[in-house]
Amino acid sequence: MDKKRRDMIRIGSALSMAIAAGILKVGDVFGAEWSPKVFDAKSLDAVLKELGGDKFAVSPDITITAPEIAENGAVVPVAISTTLPKTEYMAILVEKNPSAMSASFNIPAGTTPNIATRVKMGTTSNVIALIKSDGKWLTASKEIKVTLGGCGG
Amino acid sequence: MGDPMRVRATTAGDVVDVKILMRHDMETGQRKDAAGKVIPGHFIQNLIVKSNDKVVLDGLFGPSVSKDPYLAFQFKGGAKGDKISVTWTDNKGDTRTDQTVAS
Repeated sequence: MDKKRRDMIRIGSALSMAIAAGILKVGDVFGAEWSPKVFDAKSLDAVLKELGGDKFAVSPDITITAPEIAENGAVVPVAISTTLPKTEYMAILVEKNPSAMSASFNIPAGTTPNIATRVKMGTTSNVIALIKSDGKWLTASKEIKVTLGGCGG
Repeated sequence: MGDPMRVRATTAGDVVDVKILMRHDMETGQRKDAAGKVIPGHFIQNLIVKSNDKVVLDGLFGPSVSKDPYLAFQFKGGAKGDKISVTWTDNKGDTRTDQTVAS
């Protein structure tokens, strides 16, 4: 076990050195590429445009599980799930954060479209689930009230 | 070199439930220190989860994911003994991989 652990550490540091030296681009190792355009976009419409979509519909088949009131905006548990078939992409957006996009996921076949994580919220805002399912963009939103913001200093 | 993550994978039938707790500051780049200087952003950008070399989740994070990110999801077609590995890379090129065996 210890040996395996050391191996993993060695692989990890070799990988980071290769990335730092510019031999390997992050995109070569990881499937999806981190685009500042997507993550700097200010609204759902702007994010969708950067992702190559043009229109979206509100879907009743998407569920957002999150508290109504979050006492601490720095740690807001949010889970998004859907019953829609052929879901290939899921993202969590916070409407009133400085940048809307929080996290996005490519969902390979076999992975359940149900993801839970925690996000920061600067203020009371709608949290949006953006999903690409069978080639269509669908959303759902839920308002979360924040009593203490988690983005400022 | 990042701090170690905690990865847990439990099977129920052929469904594997994966829970990951990463350790990372996830600094947004919006906060200021006591002297009023902006603290530069430092956050995980890419995350990939593999089960025996098959990608089961491929994620991108922005700075608005909470400090010490938590992530939970399930995938089908797994079995006890599958090797689950999680790798992240942050915006400064730091990376970390941790592995567990599905139980």
